[in-house]
Amino acid sequence: MNTPGSLTYVYAVTHRTGPLGDALAGLHGIGQAPLRFLPLTAGTEPAPSTSLALLAFVASDVPEQDFNETALKNHFEDLDWLEYVARTHHDVVQAVAARAPVLPLRMATVYQDDHRALQALAAQEDVFIQRLDQLRDHTEYGVKIYLTTEATQPPAAAPAPAASPGKAYLQARRAQRHSRDAVYQQAEQAAETIETIASRHATQRVRHAPQRGELTGTQENVVNYAYLIPDDQAGPFQAAIADAAQHFPDLRIEVTGPWAPYSFAMPAAGPTDAPEPPP
Amino acid sequence: MTVSEHGEPLPGRQVALVDLLDRLLSGGVVLTGDIVLSIADIDLVRISLRALIVSVSSEIAPAGEQEGGHDEP
Repeated sequence: MNTPGSLTYVYAVTHRTGPLGDALAGLHGIGQAPLRFLPLTAGTEPAPSTSLALLAFVASDVPEQDFNETALKNHFEDLDWLEYVARTHHDVVQAVAARAPVLPLRMATVYQDDHRALQALAAQEDVFIQRLDQLRDHTEYGVKIYLTTEATQPPAAAPAPAASPGKAYLQARRAQRHSRDAVYQQAEQAAETIETIASRHATQRVRHAPQRGELTGTQENVVNYAYLIPDDQAGPFQAAIADAAQHFPDLRIEVTGPWAPYSFAMPAAGPTDAPEPPP
Repeated sequence: MTVSEHGEPLPGRQVALVDLLDRLLSGGVVLTGDIVLSIADIDLVRISLRALIVSVSSEIAPAGEQEGGHDEP
C-alpha cells in the first residue's frame, strides 16, 4: 500500500522468492524508502494464475512532489539528482540480479499507486515470464573501445631542417592524419576481433552508439557494444578480450559489467546476427 | 594495451555514471507509467542528456542491432 502523497516507483520485474525477499528487506530504495514486492503477498489477487503469483515488481514509494510530471522534467535536468536516482535504481536492480533472474525497468517508471502498477504487470505477464526464462543464468557485459589520447596527437617529431615553415606545417598535418587513420584502422580491426570472440561466447549482442559528451572523459569512444553471456562463459569471454587487447597498443579496450541485462530486457525487435545457443 | 575491468571493483569503486545512464536511459524494459513525460518533453530531456552522453537513443545504431526496449502502447 502506498503512503499518502506518494507514488509507486518500479525498479525491476523478477520471480518472487523467500530468499530474495529476505535480502531486499535489508535494502532501501530512492529516498531510503523500504522496498516491497508487488503483488504484496503471493496469491492476494483474485484467482491468480500460478505464474502471476511468482512474477513480481520490486517497488518502493517515492514522494509525489518529486516525481510528478513537472518535477520529473526539472529533475532530469539536474545531474546530481539524476545520478542519485540512477545509482539507487541500479543498486536495487543489482541486488535482485545477484539472487534471481531480473528484467530491469528503464529509470523513472512511476505509477499513481500499487494497483495501477499491478495492472501494468498483468498486461505483460506472459512476455515477462518468457523473457525472464530466456535470461536465466545469463549476464550482460559491455565492451568499449577508446582511442588513447596519445595515439591521436600529432607526433612530436622534429621538423626537417630544410623545410620552410609552411612546408613543415603541412608535413606535420599529414603525419597527424596518417596516425589518426592508422588508429582508426586499428580500432576497426579490434572491433572485428571482439565480435569474433563474442560469437564464441555470447548468445546476443547489441551495438550501442558510441558515448560522447562531457561525461565521457578525454578519450574518444568509438565502439560501445553489449553482449549477453551465459554465466559459465563469462570467465573465458573476459580472458579472451583481455588477451586480444594486448595486440592493440593505441587503443584502450574496456570491459564493463557484470550488468543486469539492461540491453536485453526485451526480445530483439529485429534479427540479431549473434548465434543462438545450441538447443 | 590496456584493459580495465569493472567486474571486480575495488572497495567503494563506483560504476561510471556515463555507463550507468547509458543503460538506465536507453535500456531496460519500457513500460508506460502513469507519470510520463510527453513526447516533446522527452525529446527536450534527451537533447539535454545528449550533452552528457549520446547513446540515450539507439536510433542511429546500425541495422541488425536490437532495440533495447519495448514500448507498450
